[in-house]
Amino acid sequence: MIQTFAFYLFAVLMIASAVMVITARNPVHSVLWLILAFFNAAGLMVLVGAEFIAMLLVIVYVGAVAVLFLFVVMMLNIDVAAMRAGFMKNFPLGIAIALILLAELVLGIGAYRVGAIELGTPMASEAPALVESNTAAIGAMLYSKYVFLFEIAGIILLVAMIGAIVLTHRPSKSKRGQQDIGKQVRRNPDEATVMKQPEVGKGVEL
Amino acid sequence: MTEFFQSLGMSYEWAWAVATLAGILLIALPLMLAVAMIIYVDRKVWAAINLRRGPNVVGPFGLLQSFADGLKVFLQETIIPSAANKGIFILAPIVTFTVALAAWAVIPFDAGVVLADINVGLLYILAISSLSVYGVIMAGWASNSKYPFFSAMRASAQMISYEVSIGFILVCVVLYAGTFNLSDIVMAQKGHGLGIVNGYVFNLLLFPMWVMFFISCLAETQRVPFDLTEAESELVAGYQTEYSSMSFALFWLGEYANILLMCMLNAILFFGGWLPPIDWAPLYYVPGIIWLLLKTFFFFFMFSWVMATVPRYRYDQLMRLGWKVFLPISLLFVVLISGYLMATGHYGAAA
Repeated sequence: MIQTFAFYLFAVLMIASAVMVITARNPVHSVLWLILAFFNAAGLMVLVGAEFIAMLLVIVYVGAVAVLFLFVVMMLNIDVAAMRAGFMKNFPLGIAIALILLAELVLGIGAYRVGAIELGTPMASEAPALVESNTAAIGAMLYSKYVFLFEIAGIILLVAMIGAIVLTHRPSKSKRGQQDIGKQVRRNPDEATVMKQPEVGKGVEL
Repeated sequence: MTEFFQSLGMSYEWAWAVATLAGILLIALPLMLAVAMIIYVDRKVWAAINLRRGPNVVGPFGLLQSFADGLKVFLQETIIPSAANKGIFILAPIVTFTVALAAWAVIPFDAGVVLADINVGLLYILAISSLSVYGVIMAGWASNSKYPFFSAMRASAQMISYEVSIGFILVCVVLYAGTFNLSDIVMAQKGHGLGIVNGYVFNLLLFPMWVMFFISCLAETQRVPFDLTEAESELVAGYQTEYSSMSFALFWLGEYANILLMCMLNAILFFGGWLPPIDWAPLYYVPGIIWLLLKTFFFFFMFSWVMATVPRYRYDQLMRLGWKVFLPISLLFVVLISGYLMATGHYGAAA
């Protein structure tokens, strides 16, 4: 009973907040609804026993990706009225996309009801059932059987990261504004200050 | 606890619901009391270091000062600026406070004394602490005022930066413990230092990790010297500028609950949690929760001590420390520690 209740709670909240994402007038509100949707998705993951994926969903999507969304949306200062001005012009295109999506959904559900697709018998052995915690199980799978794919994925991410840095990095032209923290910390009163006793009527030579 | 309520004749579902609610209250209410007292301790420590007296009027030794402040704040009027985004403005302190309480669900206070003994406890803490940035961003944006907005920008950049190195530091601990479960991490520290002392901090490879964790905790909870979000000389009071009465108090309570949580994490991850400091049988007669609270209190004293003695960082220095110092060092230590553990056969023979 507890599981059923929790499932319907998460599912209803998730769909409701997903609807609010596209209907909310303020883009910042949209992002906040999106975060609520992510959160409920994590709740559903916990219900099916995938607690590791659930935590990753919260850490990566809610904790990092959505913060960046929120940043961008807050900074952009989107004018809602200007966006609505083009509504009639884009209306036919929107309807066309909606119709295509509807047709795909009908096809997909129809195909699903006809029966499972014939893919032939699997060649490899089945994935072993989970015996330990699913963090350990995912780790054992990822670092033994799929280690090559895992490393490829890592290298692709690394390339993307280096690309982003190269695109945004600008070497500074002038020497001004550059500071050497080590040099600043090493300074002490003996070398940074001098004691002068100027006589009356005379300046100080520095 | 579910069994106890079932023995009173409830069905399993009701017993579970009542037991969970009771567990939550049993943690949250003492926590609120602890927050009130710890604010008093904080002020007394600063006063002592500044050669002042600190709060000494309300109650004996001023012990009731926090409650007087709470009452005052409770009776004040809640002011919502007319230009503010009302819903989010009200939601922000609630989010901050709720998130600060939610993390306590997985904290083990003694062997088996934990509300949710889940396998991914440490990841849960990381997830919750990454959520706590939302309260600040929402408050800063919804206030519709420039200083709170600057503060929200600073806070989110700061928290995201330090979370990265905290993540790597936690990986080092997990590598040694071999689990994400906080209770198991504590038990893995039993006799870790040559079989004499309990705690990962006595490990030469993990000691620098603890130092970095402590400093990152200061940054993550926005305490001095990293309190740029509330830098009163530049930003009035940061994201809390437009808040008054209870909505302000919720921020305050959430902030201190977070600080206590970080102190307790220091104790649990590096100083052996509820275990006594020395692995010696007579010390185990002292209840575990007392050891845990003593350690937490010690770390809180260190937080206050730092606050009273250290000047505030400049923002670019803060970012430099996070990205150019902590991130490479913690990454290096992840490699070093996993290499050491593989070489010494901590995980059995190399696969």
